[in-house]
Amino acid sequence: MGMTIAEKILAAKSGRKAVVPGDVVTVDVDTVILFDNNFLPTNWRDILKVADPDKIVVTFDHRVPAPTQQAAAAQVTGRAFVKKFGIKRFHDVGHNQGISHQLVADYGYAMPGSVLLCSDSHTCSAGVFNCLARGVGGPDIIYAAIKGQTWFRCGETVRYELTGKLPAAVTAKDAFLQIAGVHGAHATMNVEYGGSGVASLSINARKTLTAMSAELSAEFATFEADAVLEQWMRTRNPAAFVPVKPDADAKYLAVRNVDLSALEPLVALPDSVVNNSQPVGQAKGTRIDQAYIGSCANGTQEDIELAARVVKGRRVASGVRFIVTPASQTVYRDTVASGAIQTLLEAGAMIAPPTCGACGGGHMGVLGPDEVCITSSTRNFKGRMGDPSSQVWMASPATVAASALTGFITDPREFLQ
Amino acid sequence: MSGQMKFKGRVWIVGDNINTDLILPNKAFYLTHEEQTQYVFHANRPGWAQQVQKGDILIGGHNFGMGSSRAAARSLKNLGLSCLITESLNGLFLRNCVNFAFPALECPGVHAAFTEGEEAEVEFETARVRNLARGTALQGKPLPPQLMALVQAGGVYQLLEQEGLIAPRK
Repeated sequence: MGMTIAEKILAAKSGRKAVVPGDVVTVDVDTVILFDNNFLPTNWRDILKVADPDKIVVTFDHRVPAPTQQAAAAQVTGRAFVKKFGIKRFHDVGHNQGISHQLVADYGYAMPGSVLLCSDSHTCSAGVFNCLARGVGGPDIIYAAIKGQTWFRCGETVRYELTGKLPAAVTAKDAFLQIAGVHGAHATMNVEYGGSGVASLSINARKTLTAMSAELSAEFATFEADAVLEQWMRTRNPAAFVPVKPDADAKYLAVRNVDLSALEPLVALPDSVVNNSQPVGQAKGTRIDQAYIGSCANGTQEDIELAARVVKGRRVASGVRFIVTPASQTVYRDTVASGAIQTLLEAGAMIAPPTCGACGGGHMGVLGPDEVCITSSTRNFKGRMGDPSSQVWMASPATVAASALTGFITDPREFLQ
Repeated sequence: MSGQMKFKGRVWIVGDNINTDLILPNKAFYLTHEEQTQYVFHANRPGWAQQVQKGDILIGGHNFGMGSSRAAARSLKNLGLSCLITESLNGLFLRNCVNFAFPALECPGVHAAFTEGEEAEVEFETARVRNLARGTALQGKPLPPQLMALVQAGGVYQLLEQEGLIAPRK
């Protein structure tokens, strides 16, 4: 019987001819990523041996620059770990730092067909590179760093056939909100993206879909490989790779079509990402205190340049805090060079250093009592970005930027045509 | 650990899509494990954590534990809950239940089979769940053998410590 992309990689990495939904398999892990939270005193366990230091990546991203003594202590522990085992791929606070999932894209760390782990739930972001990437628990990461292996339970796969091309001011975030709004959670399932519409989406846009697939509770999210992906990898990582295609007779739980050309800007209402989307027009007039662009889902060069096009020559509304967070130092440098950061600054945005920061309610934009935020980040759970009484709406960077200009949730097509 | 893992206790009931931000909010990250337990459901059910007694059982709805990788399962265990029975468990949350050896099961129908405050009896290995107040029983889904073995071993850190691969906790 044919296999989906996820099933084929699970089979190859567990040394089996085939896997089927329900199988629990032990697989070899190609890349293990640790980040600052792993090294917090309440989480860290002192590792005495690692399987292969060259398979490990370390970054500091959730609490950068250190906002507290505990965060600083975690970094001290992390640096000692890097030194002890001679880990080369270390992204300390400075030139090469960034959110782990953005670094995977910037540096080509996730090769097609490989297995990548990190104990951040949005690790499925790397599935854009035709690999198996999963957020796991902190202990799973320590186990994989030591043993070079982990376990996976194979789920059934839902395939999304993307067709057409996104209209102006409509983004991959809107495509995600469409899928999440209509189809809800995909718990225990893999999500596979393909179809003729993929070619029109940049890697950054596709990465929004895979990162946000964590919110579908998907086990794995994978894209088919194409020339755009191969070009991306070739310019970043010299290692050879073989793309993984689904078999023609692969068995899917469902195959669903998404016509990108028929989409419009959407928002998710507060407190839940799934089953909670509506057209931006229905939320029109909702007053906001903060507008946030950033995170592993929407902190790319493309996202920041889109926001800059919306605000160019205009000013952020009085009483609104507009916070923009490039997802990595590379993205930051590239958007300074392109002029987007200058445009955003002139409009009144605050630019924060690359960090998960406000997305998780950690720092650099935490919400107070009863405040309302519109965000392009990953989650809108109750209390996620700060006080439990605050409300978080979710939308594309274009919608967030347009809303920052008016002070109310606003259709970006008013500013972008 | 050998022998049966069998639990009897008063049940608490929560709904669908309980996320890990509700169980372990960001603001508790810097606190000790013990202190973190006091923030469980702080945003959606303030004061609940303070009412939980050792041995109580938590019943959840669908996709319990959705959200982040944080050690939310550890907080439920440290709060004194003996086990968690859900309609369905989020895949990432299941990993952390196994990692921290917190007994958690999927048992379709469990949410409607109990009223809060009733007494449940759970045989973890066989996934048999009984409502002692009503005299009814449900059959849940036992954990796959590989994962059951990890829970019975006391979780990932216990295993790695025994093998001399991580240092004992100071």
